[in-house]
Amino acid sequence: MGKRVMLMQGNEACVEGAIAAGMRFYAGYPITPSTEIAELSAEKLPKVGGKFIQMEDEIASMGAVIGASLAGLKAMTATSGPGFSLKQENIGFACLTEVPCVIVNVQRGGPSTGLPTLPAQGDVMQARWGTHGDHPIIVISPSSVREVFDMTIKAFNLSEKYRVPCILLMDEVVAHMREKVELPEELNIEIINRKKPKASLPDYKPYKDYDGDGIPPMAAFGDGTPFHVTGLIHDETGFPSTDPKVTENLLNRLMNKIYNNLDDIIEYETVDTADANTVIVTFGSTARSVLRAVKLLRQEGFKVGMLRLKTIWPFPHKAINELTQTATKNLIVAEMNYGQLIETVKASADGVFKVYGLNKYNGELITPQEVIDKVREVAVNA
Amino acid sequence: MDERIEIRLSGSGGQGLILAGIILAEAAILDGKNAVQTQSYGPEARGGASRSEVIISNESIDYPKVSKSDILLALTEEAMLKYKNGLKENGLLILDSSIEKPDGPYKILSVPILKTAQEKVGKSIVANIVALGTLISATKIVSKEAIEKAVLDRVPKGTEELNKKALYEGYKLVS
Amino acid sequence: MRKELERYFRKDKLPHIWCPGCGHGIITGAVIRAIDNLKLDQNKICIVSGIGCSSRAPGYMNFNTLHTTHGRALAFATGIKMANPELKVIVLTGDGDCAAIGGNHLIHAARRNIDITTIVFNNSIYGMTSGQYSPMTPKGAFATTAPYGNIDRNFDLCKLAQSAGATYVARGTVYHVPQLIKLIEKALKHKGFSFVDVADICPTYFGRKNKVPTPVAMMEKIRDMSITVKTAEKLSAEELSGKIVIGEFYEENALEFTEEYAKIIKTAQGGK
Ligand SMILES: Cc1ncc(C[n+]2csc(CCOP(=O)(O)OP(=O)(O)O)c2C)c(N)n1
Ligand code: SF4
Repeated sequence: MGKRVMLMQGNEACVEGAIAAGMRFYAGYPITPSTEIAELSAEKLPKVGGKFIQMEDEIASMGAVIGASLAGLKAMTATSGPGFSLKQENIGFACLTEVPCVIVNVQRGGPSTGLPTLPAQGDVMQARWGTHGDHPIIVISPSSVREVFDMTIKAFNLSEKYRVPCILLMDEVVAHMREKVELPEELNIEIINRKKPKASLPDYKPYKDYDGDGIPPMAAFGDGTPFHVTGLIHDETGFPSTDPKVTENLLNRLMNKIYNNLDDIIEYETVDTADANTVIVTFGSTARSVLRAVKLLRQEGFKVGMLRLKTIWPFPHKAINELTQTATKNLIVAEMNYGQLIETVKASADGVFKVYGLNKYNGELITPQEVIDKVREVAVNA
Repeated sequence: MDERIEIRLSGSGGQGLILAGIILAEAAILDGKNAVQTQSYGPEARGGASRSEVIISNESIDYPKVSKSDILLALTEEAMLKYKNGLKENGLLILDSSIEKPDGPYKILSVPILKTAQEKVGKSIVANIVALGTLISATKIVSKEAIEKAVLDRVPKGTEELNKKALYEGYKLVS
Repeated sequence: MRKELERYFRKDKLPHIWCPGCGHGIITGAVIRAIDNLKLDQNKICIVSGIGCSSRAPGYMNFNTLHTTHGRALAFATGIKMANPELKVIVLTGDGDCAAIGGNHLIHAARRNIDITTIVFNNSIYGMTSGQYSPMTPKGAFATTAPYGNIDRNFDLCKLAQSAGATYVARGTVYHVPQLIKLIEKALKHKGFSFVDVADICPTYFGRKNKVPTPVAMMEKIRDMSITVKTAEKLSAEELSGKIVIGEFYEENALEFTEEYAKIIKTAQGGK
């Protein structure tokens, strides 16, 4: 066995990935099923000269993460439903002030305290729209322990590159399961760091689009050029403004820096979609059940495939659009909630496909058999 | 379809079955196979029946949970009653001999796991390792070398000999 | 403004948003003078605030400045201080910001004894949202949300900070400016969590609602209500009611959080 092949838990892979990506600050508040991420960060961060702090609540954790990032460290926090709700105001602050940070949300059954130890995928919409106002955000969702490792790195990379909070939307199944993983050699991991202002910038403006890519270079507090950051709408100097033009320009830039780069950001996986009549759209741990169902159904001759969204937000409309080039007639959206992502899929399908939901919200993972039954039901109805 | 073996280890909280599941999965990896381990968490895992599930396969493992187990280990009657219906027809039920055998379409292997740990090895806390020995000796799902290495890698320093003995006493319960 | 202090202000951001007669400018000036007296490195100072009229102060101050969310300045400041302990981190906060929505962060920052200086612009009212009562509004006072008089009891913020673990605790007022500057200097020099509660005035809302007609009258009231810590020691609880006790309450040398964390890093890395 090579030295980097091992049995690893999802939450553990998250911390390994984060440290590989350069995380040097973690602030959090314990909550099942994310707690192992805090515990392992507390142990591992000081070993690499990084810092861990357990804050008094999730609001404070999110604040501390943003503060640390502004002072120049790559920072992360992890939580679950109730804590994710508490973080929202400060997540919005990070969106507007363009502070890179990673927020891990290990989804559990909700609403409220819900089912603390059991899986759900009920925070799809909260991840996108949990904070107020129009704002960009990136949300990605892993299906395996190895992918937790890779996607945690990706979350840091995207967050640093685009100066936007990135949410790693896990679920209890992926977080708690242990599976065999083979980790890549450190040298082969691509790491992206935030763009710093050129040393020669005499009159640094923290929100000026110097490079025309919509992403202002980011100095750290203490670097030598004092600057101001506010959660108020601000001009390129960073100071508040209520000018309609300034407001519009800022919000447009925030949106465009993400929506002009969809090809760089969005990832998805298709399995057996080329000739599929029915495609199951899914993400996270549910995709594992779907994959098994697709294999079993194919053995019976069903023309069925899977579209697995690795990026959930911005929504991969392109992936749905590509299916119009295939024989696909039906989409089944499989998610552990009452039906959240399906609304966006329907809008994206725009009447081209018939869209059905496969939903489960009782604290149990959707089973392959349930997927099989749904595909049969759709086949009969079609 | 793919060769997939589903194992459920059950008993009461504190019997070390979570660790047993992890060790079993690590042994499978040492043998070059794929493995996934999951377990019950929270209130369910405190007191009452506790379970650890392991799936071993030569292929990649998609659905990570046990749907119908090929093997069920039960160290308490409560656990046996709770999980026996999740055992496949003709599946193997490994039962501590203190538990009355149930009726059902299973192969039943009744062995004195708890007693062996307590009396032969001298420490009831190693019942989980005795159970692993029995399970592997009866099913050969992982190699003897792999399970021995996996056990020694995981157990606390200073308890290696004790655990090795537990493993072999477990082995010997099946001839 | 003295010429040599100009470099500490962002002159292009003035005039400020505060009402005529508001005490916030006096406290801001006192902070600047204290920094100047101590000759602290401007680039190594980071000033963090929450939301409120008072929390607008950092925007006018030429340092690394961060205007966060309501009540959360200490949480952000904790992240900054941990990430870069070389920075001198100062939190400017209102009484609502600090004692209501941010109360939990205050007690925990104090408990950790993290090296942050917190200065409360305590005008006993919510200024920015136009005059609702705060946890510092005295019993019986009027506010837009206490039209029949306030029945809440208010905090003694200094006692609160001290019992939560702050290692330097003092109170000044906008009337006693030279003393205030000295107290802020002491707080800035102190290693650990230092806390200065400043009795402040909001003529626009507190003044109007409570029939104190002018800023001058409010200042005089503060002057007349203030007594020193020494004098206060000799007074009964009854005699103390309605008084503002000013001066230093507490000072202690104790282990500081980021220094303790540096030791953890050493241990984790195998050093001793
Ligand atoms: C989460 C949240 N709740 C409420 C508000 C509205 N709000 C803004 S400032 C403020 C009170 C400010 O009072 P204080 O901290 O005493 O400062 P002052 O304005 O008196 O200086 C409130 C309630 C807000 N901005 N955010
Ligand atoms: S409302 Fe009160 S606190 Fe706000 S600026 Fe005016 S006087 Fe100052």
